[in-house]
Amino acid sequence: MKNQPIITTKNVNFYYGAFQALTDITMDFERNRVTALIGPSGCGKSTLLRLLNRMNDLIDQTRVEGEVLFEGRNIYEPDVDPVEIRKRIGMVFQKPNPFPKSIYNNITYAPRLAGIKSKESLDALVEDSLKQAVLWDEVKDILGRSAMTLSGGQQQRLCIARALAMKPDVLLMDEPTSALDPISTAKIEELVDELKESYTIIIVTHNMQQAARVSEYTGFFYLGKLIEFGLTEKIFTNPDIKQTEDYITGRFG
Amino acid sequence: MVQKASVISRRIKETLIKNIFAVFALFSIVMLGLIVFFLFREGLPIFRVVSVTDFLFGPFWYPTYDPPEYGIGPLIVGSVVVTILSSLIAVPLGVLSAIYISEIAPPRLKEVLKAIIELLAGLPSVVLGFFGMVILAPWLQETFDIATGLNILNASIMLALMAIPTISSLSEDALYAVPRDFKEASYALGATRYETITRVTFTAALSGISTAVILGMARAIGETMVVLMVAGGAAALPGSIFDSVRPMPASIAAEMGEAPFGGDHYHALFATGIVLFFITLAFNLVADYISNRFKEVGSGTL
Amino acid sequence: MNEQSLMKRRYLKQRAFFLIVRLSALVITLALVGILFFLFYNGLGAISWDFLTLPPTDSMTKGGIMPAIVGTFYLTIGAIIVALPLGVASAIYLTEYAKQGKLIRVIRVAVNCLAGVPSVVFGLFGLGFFVVFLRFGSSILSGALTLGILILPTIIGASEEALKAVPQTFREASLALGVSKWATISRIVIPSAVPGILTGSILGIGRAAGETAPIMFTAAAFFTAVLPKSVFNEVMALPYHIYVLATAGTHIEQTRPIQYGTALVLIALVLGIDLVAIVIRSVIRRKKRW
Repeated sequence: MKNQPIITTKNVNFYYGAFQALTDITMDFERNRVTALIGPSGCGKSTLLRLLNRMNDLIDQTRVEGEVLFEGRNIYEPDVDPVEIRKRIGMVFQKPNPFPKSIYNNITYAPRLAGIKSKESLDALVEDSLKQAVLWDEVKDILGRSAMTLSGGQQQRLCIARALAMKPDVLLMDEPTSALDPISTAKIEELVDELKESYTIIIVTHNMQQAARVSEYTGFFYLGKLIEFGLTEKIFTNPDIKQTEDYITGRFG
Repeated sequence: MVQKASVISRRIKETLIKNIFAVFALFSIVMLGLIVFFLFREGLPIFRVVSVTDFLFGPFWYPTYDPPEYGIGPLIVGSVVVTILSSLIAVPLGVLSAIYISEIAPPRLKEVLKAIIELLAGLPSVVLGFFGMVILAPWLQETFDIATGLNILNASIMLALMAIPTISSLSEDALYAVPRDFKEASYALGATRYETITRVTFTAALSGISTAVILGMARAIGETMVVLMVAGGAAALPGSIFDSVRPMPASIAAEMGEAPFGGDHYHALFATGIVLFFITLAFNLVADYISNRFKEVGSGTL
Repeated sequence: MNEQSLMKRRYLKQRAFFLIVRLSALVITLALVGILFFLFYNGLGAISWDFLTLPPTDSMTKGGIMPAIVGTFYLTIGAIIVALPLGVASAIYLTEYAKQGKLIRVIRVAVNCLAGVPSVVFGLFGLGFFVVFLRFGSSILSGALTLGILILPTIIGASEEALKAVPQTFREASLALGVSKWATISRIVIPSAVPGILTGSILGIGRAAGETAPIMFTAAAFFTAVLPKSVFNEVMALPYHIYVLATAGTHIEQTRPIQYGTALVLIALVLGIDLVAIVIRSVIRRKKRW
C-alpha cells in the first residue's frame, strides 16, 4: 500500500559555511504516514527537518544543493516564497515555545495574519485545533490565560494546536518530547497516532522506542548521511546495514 | 499555491520594508560623515591664515590679540594633562570597583552599587562642574594654600568622576563575561579567590577592561563643562598640578559665543574641534579594534 | 608548618586585596553621596513654588527658573522625537535584517564612533549644520536635532539589546507558522522588546536633559522674557542657566542660592528620570518569563 510521496528530497547537500552537514540525501516522505528520522546527535536529522520548510534560511552562511520537492515543486527555486511553504508545512519544536500571549491568541495569531477575521470562525478554529491536539478539555475555561502558565506538556500540545490551526498538510516535529516528562510524552505520542489520519508527519527523535512506536517509516542518519531508510518494522527487526543494527541495539550513539 | 499576485506583492512589500530599515540604519554613518564635513567646512579656512604645524604646535593661543595668534599647543597640552591625571585616579577606582561588584560583593549590594555607578554616570556634567567650582575649589585653595582652586587637580578629580562609570560598568561587563568554567577550574586546583580573580578572571577579561579604560579616557578628553568650569582657563603651559589650564573643549565652549561668525577665530575654534574629534575617534577605533579582536578569539575557542 | 604559613600568607594577601576593592567601591559611593548631599543641603532652601513657576527677575538675581524648566522640557521632548524612531529602526535593521558582513560592521563602528564624539563637537556640528547651513538659527529646532543625534547611539544600543533579548524561539515559532518576517517582527519581536526600548529611551531623555555643550551654540538663551512661541525661538535651559549664573555676570556670589536651586532641580529631574528607568528595568528582569 504505497502512497504518493508528498515531499521528496533529491541529492540534497547542506553546508554551514565550509562544514558539510548533509551529504547526498535522497528520500520520499509518503502522504498521511509518520516518518521518523533517527541517529546520534549531530548526525544531521534536525538539519534535514529544518530544510523541509526552509527554516534553515534563518541561519547566515548556509547553502543548499539538490532539490526538495513539495508536491512536485522544488521549494528552493528562487521564486518560491518560504512564507507560503511554511503555511503548508507546520513545525513543532524541541522545547515548547508558546508566545507570551493568551492561549486563545497563541492559536489565532497566524490565522488572523493570514486573513481570517470573523470572531465565529476564529472561535471555531480554536476549539477545533485544541480538540485535535487533545487539549480542549483542559483549557476550554481558561482560554484568556497566558500560555506561559500551562505545564510543559500542555504547552507542547498548545504548540501543536497552534500549528494545526493553519491547516497544514505536513507537520514537522523536532524531538517534540525531549523536554517533557514520560506522561506528557505518552500523550503526545498518542496524539501523533491520531493526527496521521489527516496529516503527513515527519518526526525527529533520539528515542528509538518512540520511533518504533509511532512511525511507519524510519530513516537512520549518521554523520550527515542517510544510512538506511525503509519500513520501521524492517529497520528495527532486520536492518540491511550493520551500522543501523549497531545503533538500534545500542552498540554506539 | 495561493494566488500568485498576492504572493508577489507581499514579497515586494517585505523587500521594501527591509530597505526602509536599511536606510535608517545608514543614518548613523551619514551623520558621522556630516559631522566631519561641517567641521572641515567651518574649520579649514583657518589654514589660510596659519599653517597646520603652527596651529597644532604653536605655543601661543591669543585669538583676540592684534595681531592674533592661533597656536593650540597649550590647549592640547591642557587636554593631555587633565586626561592623564584623571585616568590615574579613575582607572584604579573604576577597575577595582568593577572587580568588587562583579566578583566579590553579595548580590543585593551588587545591585545597589550598580545603581550608584549608573546614577553617577547620569549626573549632568554641568552639575559636576558646579560642584567643583563651589565646593572642591575653595577646599583645595585652603588645604594646599594656593592662589586658586580652579586648576588641573580639581579638573582631573571631577573628570575622573565622569570617567569612572564608563570604566567601571564596561570592566564589569568584561569580568562578568568570563566563563564560569575558568574560575571553577582555578578553584578546583586549590587557588584562593584572590588568586583566581587576579590570575584567571582579570587576565581573561583584560582586553575588555582595556577597552573600558580607553573609552573612559576618551570620555575625559572630550568632556567639556567640567574643564570649562574648573580648569581655570589659562591658555598657557602648566608647571604644576596646581596651575590652571585651558583644555580644547573648554576653549571652544568659552570662546564660540564671542567669536565673530565667519571670522578667523570662529574658524580656529572649528579647527580645534577637528583635532578633538579625531583624537576621540582614534581612541574609539582602537577600543573597537581591541574589543573586536577579543570577540574573534572568543568564538575561535568554541 | 611551612605549608601553613604559606597558606596564611595567601589569605593575608586576599584580605588586603578585598579591603582595597571594597575601599574603591566605598570611595565612589561617598563621592556620589557627597555631591548629592551638598547640592541638596544648599539647594533645598532655594526651592519654592515661586522658584519653579516664575521667570527670573532683577537681571536674573531674583525670581524663579520656570522658562529654563520649560526650555529643557521642549529640547528633551524634541530630542527623543528625533532619536526614538531613528534609533529603533536602526536597531531593527541591525538585529533582524542585516546579515553578518562588511556593511553591518561599518554601521556598528559608525554608531560606536558617534557615541564617542565629544558633546562640544556635537555643538559645533549643530552650529555649522542646523544653525548656519540650514538657517534654523539658534532655536529649539536646532538644539533638539543636535541633542537627538547625540542620544541616537544610546537609543540604538538599548533597542538592540532589547531586541536581542527576545528569544530566537519566538521568531522561529512565528515564521514556522507561515507568518511573514515583517509580521513576525511587528507582532512578536517588537512587543516583547518594548519594555527594554522604553528603558533605553528614558535613559536617553535623562542624558539629553543634562547636556550643556551641545545646546550652548544651538539653542540656549542667556535670558528670555517670554516663553517660546515656535520651534524657531531660542529657549533658556536648566544646564545652561547653571553655567551662566555660576560663571558669568557680576552677581555670582549673590545668585549662589539660585545656582544651587537650579542645580538641584536639574539633578532631581535627571536622576529621577534615570531612577524610573532603573526601576522599570529591574522589574522587567524579575518578571521575565522566558
